[in-house]
Amino acid sequence: MHKVFGIVALTALSYLSLSTVALASKSEGLSPEERGLQIAIEIDLRDRGFGDSTNHLKMTLKDRHGNERHRLLRNRTKEQAGEGDKSIIIFDTPRDVKGTAFLSHTHKVGSDDQWLYLPALKKVKRISSSNKAGAFMNSEFSYEDIASQEVEKYTYKFLREDTVAGVKVFVNEADPIDPKSGYSKLEVYVDAERYIALKIDFYNRGGRLKKTLVMDQYRQHKGKYWRADTWIMTNHQTGKVTVLEQSNWNFDNNFTDKDFNKNSLSRMK
Amino acid sequence: MSVRYRRVIPAFLSVLMMLSFTAEANDLSGYFGGEARYFFNKPLYSEQSDHNAAITANVEYFHDFDDGEQRIAVTGFGRIDSEDSKRSHADIRELYWWKNFDGFEVYAGIRKVFWGVTESAHLVDVLNQTDNLENIDGEDKLGQPMIELVTAQDWGTVSAYILPYFRERQFLGQESRLRPGIRILDDAQYQSSDEEQHVDFAVRWSHYIGIWDIGLSHFSGTGRDPIFDVVVTDGGEPVLRPLYRQIDQTGLDLQATVDAWLLKFEAVSISEKNGPQNTAFVGGMEYSFFTVGGTNADLGIVAEYQFDDRSGQRQTVSQNDLVLGFRWAFNDLDGSEVLALMSQDLEHSNRFFSLELSRRLNDKWKIEAEAKVFSSVDSDTPEYTLREDDYLKIEIRRYF
Repeated sequence: MHKVFGIVALTALSYLSLSTVALASKSEGLSPEERGLQIAIEIDLRDRGFGDSTNHLKMTLKDRHGNERHRLLRNRTKEQAGEGDKSIIIFDTPRDVKGTAFLSHTHKVGSDDQWLYLPALKKVKRISSSNKAGAFMNSEFSYEDIASQEVEKYTYKFLREDTVAGVKVFVNEADPIDPKSGYSKLEVYVDAERYIALKIDFYNRGGRLKKTLVMDQYRQHKGKYWRADTWIMTNHQTGKVTVLEQSNWNFDNNFTDKDFNKNSLSRMK
Repeated sequence: MSVRYRRVIPAFLSVLMMLSFTAEANDLSGYFGGEARYFFNKPLYSEQSDHNAAITANVEYFHDFDDGEQRIAVTGFGRIDSEDSKRSHADIRELYWWKNFDGFEVYAGIRKVFWGVTESAHLVDVLNQTDNLENIDGEDKLGQPMIELVTAQDWGTVSAYILPYFRERQFLGQESRLRPGIRILDDAQYQSSDEEQHVDFAVRWSHYIGIWDIGLSHFSGTGRDPIFDVVVTDGGEPVLRPLYRQIDQTGLDLQATVDAWLLKFEAVSISEKNGPQNTAFVGGMEYSFFTVGGTNADLGIVAEYQFDDRSGQRQTVSQNDLVLGFRWAFNDLDGSEVLALMSQDLEHSNRFFSLELSRRLNDKWKIEAEAKVFSSVDSDTPEYTLREDDYLKIEIRRYF
């Protein structure tokens, strides 16, 4: 679900010419900003062309006192050429919101378009997408953490090379362009071989480390596209943790844009 | 319920059983609920009970087949009330077949369809009859038999509806609180000689362009809201007799979504056969403060103004009213929420408060408390008979 949950998922066909130039040049001699952008574009390039996907999600919410709650969701995503992805998330539990569905049309530039389907009222409601910093399903993931990530939504700065669990990584700073983001910066630990994020540190607007996301159990799909089956988000300020487990990946569903409009949202089950 | 309507249901059930052999996506879900309402004051009328309790159930089933190109769905609702046998009722909210053809889709059967954007009044939403037995807020609807053809194109979504059967509004028995002072007769009158078998038509176009979500709709047929004639029974009792008229209603609904602002507007023009032409609108805004004070909580505020120029027998409660409210979502593990609404009539002194609190007990159980208070009611308004009916309701639901 990196399209929905991931820094790793970046679509940027419009950057094709720029990325060709960037890759042709050696990383030496680049400024940290140029090298940071180069890494972000390479992540995007390597994931381009996945087409569409569906998967199941299990979220486990844990607080400091040992309380646990579970959420079951299903996700479907369709890649867009030259635009942000379209996705629908369907809630299976908690049971009182079962059947609620969340449609998102992400845009590279400007606000995303989002609608919610409320099954009890049979109502499709356009909602504000400026709730970036708000909690998604009361979890430690905010709406911007689950939105489709686009290269254009950040400026970048290469920080250093490092290792995560023995794996060589590039540490890349990503600064959100949108002032409504809840973050001042992200530090993304990018696998230097596979160009996938292994860890992300999120810094709040005051510049303090707020959350850390660790992505684990990566599996390759269609011989090309890496997806992490386990995501662990830890909130350092509250001690709360959300564990996200992804399963049942399916690609090549032949989705069309008509599977991601208000009309199809209104019959999601 | 007419003979004709009764015949449709077994036909659908047999189709449902035939199709359930093909194993594909299907799911059974719903809830059972128990509730108690405590009224703060003695009832106004001697037949009315002081308090009441009820159990409810809502069961939904759907079955997708033909590679997800066809669906059968059914939703049933029921209530058993401790005091009022008329409030004990059951309804088939949905029982329909859906098929995706090349370029268009067809729904056939009983359904609930919602149109519109505003929160405090639903003017353009005309297809389903209000389930008047459930709540005075008008949010619950009876299932409506219909055939719908819908096509989603680049220039918007168009739906055409044929509505072959009319559902009469049902009214509370004499034991219930929150009812008019005069008894309402069961046998309604119709302007059309076809009565409840009058075939209604509707069409709707909806689209979104950038920040705008827009809908245009037209309905032609039996208006869902009755007007009431006062008649005297053989026994000399004055009673109200519902009259359903033929109307043509054109509606517009519009929402602009700008940052955390939702700006909303609905307007209708209602033309009654051999009767008046009327206009009503509701407009306002919703604004959200996200992650209030650095916490997880969200605060949403809503303000809407309602106007309706229907007068006399046709007057509605939202003829010139202001509604203010807020929703506080704690975004805690159990999804605790507070919803508060205040409605002020700008012509009369009528003022009404509603407060709802809800939270999950766990993934399957949910508890909700609702209080409604009529703090001021003019004696020359229809709500005057509700002046002693302030209440507190506690409801627990077990979802499955």
